[in-house]
Amino acid sequence: MMMELLQQYWQQYLWGSPGHWSGLVVTLWLTVASVVLGFALALPLAIMRVSTRPWLAAPVWLFTYFFRGTPLYVQLLICYTGLYSLEAVRATPMLNAFFKDAFNCTLLAFTLNTAAYTTEIFAGAIKATPQGEVEAARAFGMSGFVLYRRIVLPSALRRALPAYSNEVILMLHATTLASTATITDLLKVARNAASDYYLPFVAYGLAALLYLAVTLALVWMFHRAERKWLAHLRPVQPDANRTKP
Amino acid sequence: MLLEGYGPQLWAGTVETITLALGSLALSFALGLIGAAAKLSGRRRLAVPARLYTTVVRGVPDLVLMLLLYYSFQDLLNRVTDALGQPQFDIDPFVAGVTVLGFIYGAYFTETFRGAVLAVPRGQWEAAMAFGLTRRRTFFRIIFPQMMRFALPGISNNWQVILKATALVSLIGLHDVVRAAQDAITGTSTKGGYHAFTFLMAVALIYLSLTTLSHLVFHALEVRFSRGFQALT
Amino acid sequence: MKFFTLVWLVAAAAVTVASGKDWKVIRFGVDPSYPPFESKAPTGELVGFDIDLGKALCAKLNARCEWVENDFDGMIPALRARKIDAVLSDMSVTEKRQQQIDFTDRISYSPTRMVAKAGSSLQPTADSLKGKSIGVEQGTVQETYARTYLEPQGVKVISYQTQDQVYADLKSGRLDAALQDLIQAEFGFLKTAQGQGFAFAGPEIKDDRILGAAAAIGVRKTDTDLKNALNQALGDLKKDGTYQKLAAKYFDFDPSTGPQP
Repeated sequence: MMMELLQQYWQQYLWGSPGHWSGLVVTLWLTVASVVLGFALALPLAIMRVSTRPWLAAPVWLFTYFFRGTPLYVQLLICYTGLYSLEAVRATPMLNAFFKDAFNCTLLAFTLNTAAYTTEIFAGAIKATPQGEVEAARAFGMSGFVLYRRIVLPSALRRALPAYSNEVILMLHATTLASTATITDLLKVARNAASDYYLPFVAYGLAALLYLAVTLALVWMFHRAERKWLAHLRPVQPDANRTKP
Repeated sequence: MLLEGYGPQLWAGTVETITLALGSLALSFALGLIGAAAKLSGRRRLAVPARLYTTVVRGVPDLVLMLLLYYSFQDLLNRVTDALGQPQFDIDPFVAGVTVLGFIYGAYFTETFRGAVLAVPRGQWEAAMAFGLTRRRTFFRIIFPQMMRFALPGISNNWQVILKATALVSLIGLHDVVRAAQDAITGTSTKGGYHAFTFLMAVALIYLSLTTLSHLVFHALEVRFSRGFQALT
Repeated sequence: MKFFTLVWLVAAAAVTVASGKDWKVIRFGVDPSYPPFESKAPTGELVGFDIDLGKALCAKLNARCEWVENDFDGMIPALRARKIDAVLSDMSVTEKRQQQIDFTDRISYSPTRMVAKAGSSLQPTADSLKGKSIGVEQGTVQETYARTYLEPQGVKVISYQTQDQVYADLKSGRLDAALQDLIQAEFGFLKTAQGQGFAFAGPEIKDDRILGAAAAIGVRKTDTDLKNALNQALGDLKKDGTYQKLAAKYFDFDPSTGPQP
């Protein structure tokens, strides 16, 4: 039975077929798309978040507060079921077309969610910029956009790397919710297989292994990134030249 | 009325959500302590399974683990009770939910506690040893209280995650607040169109108040535990 | 694993031989998204034809009924994991299912029919539905039918966890059609306020192998005593008129023979 399940479903688990993409490929695509879009959103939002001007910082704070304080599943339901049920949305052709597609709804919810968490991560990292660096930059005449581009952001992004890598992995795991919005991702395929062959342990176990593999790959990737970009923070090796007390 | 009479059901669902979260917190807290102890013990026979536990459980999405464990758990228990010749032991869906969530977040707590124990200055262990305290006494009377101070941010974080993860248990059949809202949406589907949005926003607000409340509680705890120390920024 | 299975089999045999189970409590599995067979009232209580029938059967057997809510696609695994003792959720009898579990005598005749917007010219054929989206509930025979005959021909088959999610997306326009039990669609959707503007599209679909001809109560293959007891009670209910009375409450025909065209 297990072999039959594997034979029938292996392709769907991995990539499906042209036009009917499913499984791992869909999961990866959802992850990459929402992470990239979330990143793009989070960068300007984080800068606004650390601003001393309340009319910039407050709306962003509200945004992150809402999206970090509520479960992603609820956010997804609001996008998929809730918004589409509003007459105002159905009446506007552009909105109607957008929310009709399940993939759009899912991507929207995921993007906003990861943008909120990423904004907080980046904001924290920006706030932790050593005062001395900023002072030195200002002494050189840098300000505003140039200051951010050359000094603050490169430093902050590196500092944010460990926390951000965690967020990316969590996003990968969060894509499993897409299956509840009828998207044929890895978990949906597993669900189909489990329902077809009455072998839930095998079907979900296979999905679990695939997720684990991708997670470990991501961990390894980020580890290498940290070694490269956070080299200056590596623990000091015991020095052979150290003088004895 | 805005909630069309589904208020009591939403309330019942909220209570279920909170109890589920608290139960899972307790179980995962306990599992986390055990796991951290195993990882820090230095004995390979304990450390390796613990490492496997945290790597696998944190490497697989919680929804997948939930579905996997939920179906297999009863089956496993059946095999055990059968092998022992005992009548079947029925698992209440709530208990199943708590067990599954507790098992999953036990892995996250293991890492939290492990980091917290390692953050306690080495000198504390050495001083305790100098006084002749056994390892166990040292842990419970010296290390543990100090460890809690470092563990609090992690515990607070994990608690927020558990609270939001309970939203997923509606997918394994438990009657939490999300399921209550969905039932309400189905029940009012004949009238007008905006009910889905209203109910879901209500659920969002319920969660928001729960997370806000938790934030305040943990902040107070952090202040209490940091007495005598400089506040951890 | 093999060793444990052996121990389990031996112990199970010992247990069953030593003490035959006396069915004082019967746990029925239901998926309450399928009115009028089973659904949830606003109070949260379970109502429907299957619920009433189950209660009547328990009364006849002097047993207590326990109702366990479960997603439809998880019914058979739940039955096998002994989370429930019987499936009373308008489950059709098919060869594939009979490989896994046993069924009692027929409870209701259950043809399949497609639902779409009133006035649409869609037919339940691959040609008519090419490029369109059709919704089904996961784990049902209709899903198997759609995936076997429609999906390979270019029809988008979308499966949902519960039937009301299918109707929700049908109403909102995400789906062009939905495929389910005829009786359920007629009495649970079309004849209600929810189903305004929708109608049957195309004729009844017949396929004995995939769709099955009847719905019955599912039980584990090892529980022949339960099956016999339920069959006996079912026969009694039909003889003394209780079955007909319950049916009249929900349908305007005798479900054990089928709807009049």
